[in-house]
Amino acid sequence: MDNLLSITTFIPAIAAAILAIFLRGEDETAQRNAKWVALIATSLTFLVSLFILWDFNPKDTGFQFVEERDWLLGLQYKVGVDGISVLFVMLTTFIMPLTIAASWNVTVRVKEYMIAFLILETLMIGVFVALDLVLFYLFFEAGLIPMFLIIGIWGGKARIYASFKFFLYTFLGSVLMLVAMVAMFAEAGTTDIPTLMRHEFGSETFSLLGIQIVGGMQTLMFIAFFASFAVKMPMWPVHTWLPDAHVQAPTAGSVVLAAILLKMGGYGFLRFSLPMFPVGADVLTPLVLWMSAIAIVYTSLVALAQEDMKKLIAYSSVAHMGYVTMGIFAANQQGIDGAIFQMLSHGFISGALFLCVGVIYDRMHTREIDAYGGLVNRMPAYALIFMLFTMANVGLPGTSGFVGEFLTLMGVFQVNTWVAVVATTGVILSAAYALWLYRRVVMGDLIKESLKSITDMTQREKAIFAPLVAMTLLLGVYPSLVTDIIGPSVEALIANYDTALAEAATASKFAAASQ
Amino acid sequence: MEQIILFAPLVGALIAGFGWRIIGDTGAQWVTTGLLFLSALLSWIVFLGFDGTTEQIHVLDWIRSGTLDTAWSIRLDRLTAIMLIVITTVSALVHLYSMGYMAHDENFREDESYRPRFFAYLSFFTFAMLMLVTADNLAQMFFGWEGVGLASYLLIGFYFRKPSANGAAIKAFVVNRVGDFGFALGIFALYFLVDSIKFDDVFAAAPELAQTQLTFLWTEWNAANLIAFLLFVGAMGKSAQLFLHTWLPDAMEGPTPVSALIHAATMVTAGVFLVCRMSPIMEFAPEAMAFVTFLGAATAFFAATVGLVQNDIKRVIAYSTCSQLGYMFVAAGVGVYSVAMFHLFTHAFFKAMLFLGAGSVIHGMHHEQDMRNYGGLRKKMPYTFYAMLIGTLAITGVGIPLTGWIGFAGFASKDAVIESAYAATSGGFAFWALVIAALFTSFYSWRLMFLTFWGDPRGDKHTHEHAHESPKVMLIPLGVLALGAVFAGAIWYGSFFGKTNEVVKFFGGKYGEPPAELVEAVAERSPKASELHYVMESAPGDAAIYIAPENTILHEAHYVPTWVKLSPFIAMVIGLITAIWFYILDPTVPRRLAENQRPLYLFLLNKWYFDEIYDFLFVRPAKALGGLLWKKGDGNVIDGSINGLAMGIIPFFTRLAGRAQSGYIFTYAFAMVIGIAVLVTWMTFIGGAE
Repeated sequence: MDNLLSITTFIPAIAAAILAIFLRGEDETAQRNAKWVALIATSLTFLVSLFILWDFNPKDTGFQFVEERDWLLGLQYKVGVDGISVLFVMLTTFIMPLTIAASWNVTVRVKEYMIAFLILETLMIGVFVALDLVLFYLFFEAGLIPMFLIIGIWGGKARIYASFKFFLYTFLGSVLMLVAMVAMFAEAGTTDIPTLMRHEFGSETFSLLGIQIVGGMQTLMFIAFFASFAVKMPMWPVHTWLPDAHVQAPTAGSVVLAAILLKMGGYGFLRFSLPMFPVGADVLTPLVLWMSAIAIVYTSLVALAQEDMKKLIAYSSVAHMGYVTMGIFAANQQGIDGAIFQMLSHGFISGALFLCVGVIYDRMHTREIDAYGGLVNRMPAYALIFMLFTMANVGLPGTSGFVGEFLTLMGVFQVNTWVAVVATTGVILSAAYALWLYRRVVMGDLIKESLKSITDMTQREKAIFAPLVAMTLLLGVYPSLVTDIIGPSVEALIANYDTALAEAATASKFAAASQ
Repeated sequence: MEQIILFAPLVGALIAGFGWRIIGDTGAQWVTTGLLFLSALLSWIVFLGFDGTTEQIHVLDWIRSGTLDTAWSIRLDRLTAIMLIVITTVSALVHLYSMGYMAHDENFREDESYRPRFFAYLSFFTFAMLMLVTADNLAQMFFGWEGVGLASYLLIGFYFRKPSANGAAIKAFVVNRVGDFGFALGIFALYFLVDSIKFDDVFAAAPELAQTQLTFLWTEWNAANLIAFLLFVGAMGKSAQLFLHTWLPDAMEGPTPVSALIHAATMVTAGVFLVCRMSPIMEFAPEAMAFVTFLGAATAFFAATVGLVQNDIKRVIAYSTCSQLGYMFVAAGVGVYSVAMFHLFTHAFFKAMLFLGAGSVIHGMHHEQDMRNYGGLRKKMPYTFYAMLIGTLAITGVGIPLTGWIGFAGFASKDAVIESAYAATSGGFAFWALVIAALFTSFYSWRLMFLTFWGDPRGDKHTHEHAHESPKVMLIPLGVLALGAVFAGAIWYGSFFGKTNEVVKFFGGKYGEPPAELVEAVAERSPKASELHYVMESAPGDAAIYIAPENTILHEAHYVPTWVKLSPFIAMVIGLITAIWFYILDPTVPRRLAENQRPLYLFLLNKWYFDEIYDFLFVRPAKALGGLLWKKGDGNVIDGSINGLAMGIIPFFTRLAGRAQSGYIFTYAFAMVIGIAVLVTWMTFIGGAE
């Protein structure tokens, strides 16, 4: 099949269309049908995506499964995957059936809920497979809308505030990216991503409004893209939308947000910022590295002070994304391998942690840490699973959380020891806030009257966690499953990056000599 | 065979942890214990049949990225072989002992199944510890390192209903993480310079590292020194050395068998093992090693002073452990790694025994741990008494002076440490700190004995009436450990602290004639030690430990002045006599002394106020800072300016776009943005007002 990627991308959208057109009514049968359709569609998507993984050749560092055809208004529809993007597609298709299964208790507007998630899946996969600038932008921006609706309609009490904050932040970043995209089109005359990756954008220093801009156009375009991706990650100090969005989002929304949507920023850095604007990236690397290190320490400290479980985990997510940006901009094999690994691993771990909150939220309808305590007495299975993911979150070796942290730190140590030292303090702080949370929720005697009749996880809930547990341990023990796939593509990326920098350096020397 | 030793405990842990509903409580206990005994048996076979050649067994690839290539693998050399028998033997005995000790526990309800969980944790710990010592690269070692940390966390917090146990568990994990912070940086630095973290590559590069400068933070450092120092920070955490020791006494919240296995015999010695394992690097890092020596000596002294006044029987032994670990670090620090391992080896037996003995007393006294409520238990618990007596004779170092090896295990190894310290520092701080610590050790160990087993029963009368000897499953392990505490020193004296050629051979190295200049230099330094016949010839990494040819401390330690050789014995006798005076002849002395020297007494009783200082310096500020950054940083500064930005910047951009006239897409996008911005700003204020 040569249109495997399109099939994977659009199965959920087709299912959404089917739901929208054929499903009528709000009764129980209709609700159940909506859930089943969504579950089957997402599972099917996952199964189809397995074929992609199966046929994917890691040694080939170019794009594979490429599809190209004309589209409206003279634009191109072009998709494909390489070693960097293929696992993000897999992550998306893997997580989505679990989020649908985790939404089994939704009772309000079930059909619309499922449609929103299905469309969201199509758009997310689209982001990772798009090989055309306009197509990418469309998927990237349109993805905001279903998420905006998920928070705004099925969210908590302050959902409106949170959803607008989410939308404003991410959209503002995108506007600058759009400007840069237009400029790119103006200069290179194409919106084809592989071509753009080979294009050398101007990097001569010029002065704008009296300010010397080192790296010239590349730096400006880098900043424009950075504005968008940094918000998506989210990086400090533009992270404040995330805790609010998480707190207000329904459990499944949080899972998707943490597990997949946050990864778009990191993916963007790898797909656009490093390969297309190497000089600009190089100029701003110190800034990004320091922002990452500050993010790790700052948000870990903030996490220590949280009273709301979801907020705590949200801040912990920001800290973990700090490792990602740090690894990417270390721009060496360990750094980028580690960053991609960390993104995938964080997809499983943070997804599972938000599901853990969901399990007890469903029972007690509160996320206040103080409302819990001693759950281990009545929920041993829950305590075990929560423990596993707490440990994975603090990066215990043997879980996938360790590999990403270890590699990114190792990568950044080779570039900047100050940043490495500051960032490594994160391993101390993460242990402090994660275990402190665990202690307050799970450990201790069960004293609170309201918790006396709480029940342990159901079979359905255990079944949702099982794949996440398996992946967390599997990747922790045998990370080569991932690094073998991403390795060659990352190596090629770094080689191109280094060559581009070397060429730019000679060019500027030559220019200086001829003056 | 090595694979079975390594994985049997893991299998046991999984069966007990997940299969106990099927095989039952008793089944889970027997499966784990049985598999541990199998491991121990095989370990002894490996140890006794080991010829000294390093062997590497690849199990599975692990983290691979670019030139970084790590694998799950087993490195078997003399260091590993020693650790294998220590770990599996003590662990097997502790498993057996726990069957009795954990049979009833008032921290759990009658219908609760807590035993399979306990045994699963114990076996899991053993697995992680074995992974640590069999590692062939630093990443796997780090896995074991953190794995034992997890096991320790789970077991300290085993009584999950007790807030104090939960607090102690978190403290142990977090303080250890501070050490791991240094350890991890050390690994990164090694990879940066050597391009590998496999032991063979790292050791081979050691001489080069000594010549390399590395820019780290604000300045340039000698690479070998920096790496050695960073790795040692890891060791400080795990082995509870001064400044990172605060978790160990609190760790006594765990059940006593855990204290014996993890917090005395095995896990806490991982730091010593690390320093010995990295001896090829340490040998090229003189400044870092001076620091190791200093900190080890300071810890030995500090912990011993605190041990003098503690009343909880387990805490006394905990501080004693801390102090003994300091001894081991001094030995390693002065470059006599074999003696560090010797003390580690003997200490494992007698300290595990002291803890299990204390556990037996606690068990018999219905979980009373305050020694002020003991007294006269000699007759009620005769076997426990003799076991504890042997342990005390061993730790205080009773033996025939000047023979070197005829005595209890601690006599041989502790004297070896002190003599090495004298030879290396010519009677400097490390030597005197250790001698004074030996005096204190003798005092607090005998104080423990006298308070527990001599005199009249104190405290609750009812408890004393029902005090009883422990069951056989608890006494048998004591008996086996007693053998080790009595004979381990004498039997292996030559291998660890004999002539240089003997020691080198034991650790799998090659020895040869020393160069003439070296012989002259040694003769000039210490005339008595002029007969230097052998030095180690193996290259770094070829043998289990590396002793640089110019490092002749092991040789010189045998020729220290007689008064030096006698000093630990004298210190021991003074400690014993003082203890007899204080606790048998005139029991009012301690109280009067405490009243006369109240500030000093409180200073020691409160453990030099380390916990209070750390709370003030780190814990509170971290929490306060977190709250501040959250409310002020995120709330006022960031969200505040973003809201302001939304009002200010968007109209500006729209004007810009309008001027640019660059097509409909701009207008469209910005029209949308304005709409949203207005809406959002409005919602933000509405939402914020709610």
